Amino acid sequence: MERAVDKTGIKIGMWIFLYSEIILFGGLFVLYAVYFHNFPGDFAVAGEELNRLFGTLNTVVLLVSSFTVAASITAVQRRRTGQAVGLLLFSLGCGLVFLINKYFEWGAKFEHGLYPNSDRLFEADPGFAIFFGLYYTITGLHGLHVIIGMVLLTVSLVMVLRGRVDHQRYALLENSGLYWHLVDLIWIYVFPLFYLVL
Amino acid sequence: MMEEQEQAHQLSYRFLALILGGLLALTGVTVAVSYVDWGFLNVPISLFVASSKATLVLLFFMHIKYEGMAIKVSFISTVLFLAIMISFTFWDVAFR
Amino acid sequence: MTTHPESGGTPAAVPSFFEASSPPGQTGIKAWLLTHDHKRLALMYLWAVFFWLVLALLLGLALRVELMFIGETIMPAEIYNTVFTLHGVIMIFLFVIPAIPAIFGNFFLPIQIGADDVFFPRLNLFSWYLYMIGGAFAIVSLFTGDGFADTGWTFYVPFSVTTETNVSLTVTAAFILGMSSLLTGLNFVTTVHRMRVKNMGWMQVPLFTWSLYATAWVQILATPVVSITLVLVVLERFLNIGLFDPDRGGDPLLYQHLFWMYSHPAVYIMILPGMGVISEIIPVFSRKAIFGYKGIVVSSLAIAIAGSLVWAHHMYTSGMSDVSVFVFSLLTFIVAIPSAIKVFSWVSTMYKGSILMTPPLLLALIFIYLFSVGGLTGLVLGAAGTDIHVHDTQFVVAHFHFTMFGGTGFAFFAALHFWWPKMFGVMYHFGRAYLGASLAAIGFIFHYVPMFILGMQGMPRRYYDYLPQFETGNFLAGFGGFLLVFGIMLMFVNLWMSLIDRWRQPAEADPWGGTTLEWAVPSPPPVHNFLQEPRVLDYPYDFSEVLARAAAKDKKD
Repeated sequence: MERAVDKTGIKIGMWIFLYSEIILFGGLFVLYAVYFHNFPGDFAVAGEELNRLFGTLNTVVLLVSSFTVAASITAVQRRRTGQAVGLLLFSLGCGLVFLINKYFEWGAKFEHGLYPNSDRLFEADPGFAIFFGLYYTITGLHGLHVIIGMVLLTVSLVMVLRGRVDHQRYALLENSGLYWHLVDLIWIYVFPLFYLVL
Repeated sequence: MMEEQEQAHQLSYRFLALILGGLLALTGVTVAVSYVDWGFLNVPISLFVASSKATLVLLFFMHIKYEGMAIKVSFISTVLFLAIMISFTFWDVAFR
Repeated sequence: MTTHPESGGTPAAVPSFFEASSPPGQTGIKAWLLTHDHKRLALMYLWAVFFWLVLALLLGLALRVELMFIGETIMPAEIYNTVFTLHGVIMIFLFVIPAIPAIFGNFFLPIQIGADDVFFPRLNLFSWYLYMIGGAFAIVSLFTGDGFADTGWTFYVPFSVTTETNVSLTVTAAFILGMSSLLTGLNFVTTVHRMRVKNMGWMQVPLFTWSLYATAWVQILATPVVSITLVLVVLERFLNIGLFDPDRGGDPLLYQHLFWMYSHPAVYIMILPGMGVISEIIPVFSRKAIFGYKGIVVSSLAIAIAGSLVWAHHMYTSGMSDVSVFVFSLLTFIVAIPSAIKVFSWVSTMYKGSILMTPPLLLALIFIYLFSVGGLTGLVLGAAGTDIHVHDTQFVVAHFHFTMFGGTGFAFFAALHFWWPKMFGVMYHFGRAYLGASLAAIGFIFHYVPMFILGMQGMPRRYYDYLPQFETGNFLAGFGGFLLVFGIMLMFVNLWMSLIDRWRQPAEADPWGGTTLEWAVPSPPPVHNFLQEPRVLDYPYDFSEVLARAAAKDKKD
């Protein structure tokens, strides 16, 4: 019994997986909400340590890359393989820029003695240390997801080049795209919570 | 099968770029308003802007607008579940 | 119109899934380890689950033997802590959660909806490997570092962060097993949505599949919470972030919130599939349409939803706010309603039915009885006032064993006896099955009822030693434990014997007179399940044909 490829079914499967990712981060947002409620003052002080410029830049980078990924699907649908490849390469570049940015941002924090279990955090007010605990956990987990997303995009890119993803079969690209958008989606919330509201 | 395989939906570059423009504009807005102290409204305002951005990404980049009921309903359920997780914890935390 | 194959035997031309592999062409061990066939995967889960179940049963028995007499009986206190953690972790993550969905769900969900496999067969294979890897991690953590965790299966902070034992590896095992269960759920939801045979509407889906569908959503939405919680435990152990450390502003209660956000819904992951099994068995042996089909469907979904709202009722005495105690206590009582609806529906189905006693029905009846006791004592714990008296006592141990073991465990045995002929094409000996089931039930009562009393008298759970006034109860419980384990082993041996050529009794395609689609295919089923387009009944529990067939047969004799 051969059955035709059911694209809608594949997409439902992918979405369900994304729900589990949303809830995974949700657990951390529960912690954030409670500790922000407990220590609004400390959180405000700690938030000052973060650089809004870095945050904003990374937000823009991720938004643009989301756009290019979405556009690459359109390109594939229109059978413009060259454009699709270019757009995907650009998105991967954005992911890389994001990670490099993050690297410098974390590096700067480390230099200021702000890392888990550091002396400065041990002596700081409790909320201050909690803020950075959450900051590293959430952005670290998010960074991990950026890397996974980049791997998925790379696989899709290779498949586009090999002609295994074309205007008729692009479920793989679509699902990698969904994953990438999810990474963006989570950042959309992480950004104001850590960089702006405080 | 419940619904027939619907025709794949295509979004033009121009439309996607429009969405990106909207997202970047909202980012500008949220950064700009963060320099003003709105008191207890700080968090609601930035979360409202973030949610608007998320909605744009979900509806258009992630194509939810063009999906069937199964995905729409289950997505909303997920968000509700997340909301319950956070809010019900406050039955404890807020009254301790 | 095609009818149920009455003759039983398969035309010799169609090989069963034991003889043909999927994808085709694989042979030997490869045909199992690389299979995409949901039926083979189900059997692979079956053997693994058997292994873990027997191991954890023996560990549990060892615990109760230790408690039969005051002082050290067979093991020192540290080992005792490790053994009850191991018993809990294995039973929860390797038996109760995966058993029914992974074995019977994999085998029968696609067949019940007229599909030839699950939607993502390769992902299904991957889930099985995750299950095996998770189990392997659990074993490895026994022998590495400072041994298996001694925290209890709940891994409560701060102890889990500070204890010397190998908690990191143990929680990694739990994390991987969670992934496996999540992916199985993902597969089931997609399968039910996309692969139902043409003209099977939602209200023609069999109740077992419905219960798995509801379960799958809980698996999908709740499992990630425990994943992240376990990740946080590992992070705390390695990086000492202090998120749950009260000295540094953290709140240890938040760990409990996060943990129960998963683990309470997980209780329904454990029980819902069992309820689905009972909903299949009762109508078949009552020869009567199930009472309140829609009620049972709705109550499955209601349990899935309401079960996600009550997690903090495990924390009344942990220092939560009174408001929270009040709210969660109230919500807890709401969950009792859909469970009660199911019990009433099963009992009403039997009323004025034409009851045919068989081992699966006996086990289903035992389930209803034990589960009802478990459910009702749950209300004692759900009510904040009474809970304070019995919290963390043997009463709790007895309560959740009544639901998880008397409920899910016996539903698992019932499912084994109900579907064994379909899975292997052989029928087992009824006498030994009756005897094993009865002994297990009697042993069960003797084992756990004393614990209710001990709990009321104030004996805490997880204690290695106790005061003299608790000795009689503990001795009785240990005695019942032996009977219980013996009864279960008798059932297993009986099933095992049915596979041996000397006692082999081939089973018909439809030995019980069932109406759902799995009884319309040969036993064991062929590799693609259906030889012809399956015929969907307007109502999945319509026994008029089964009764007509039986009447015709009577006339002939």
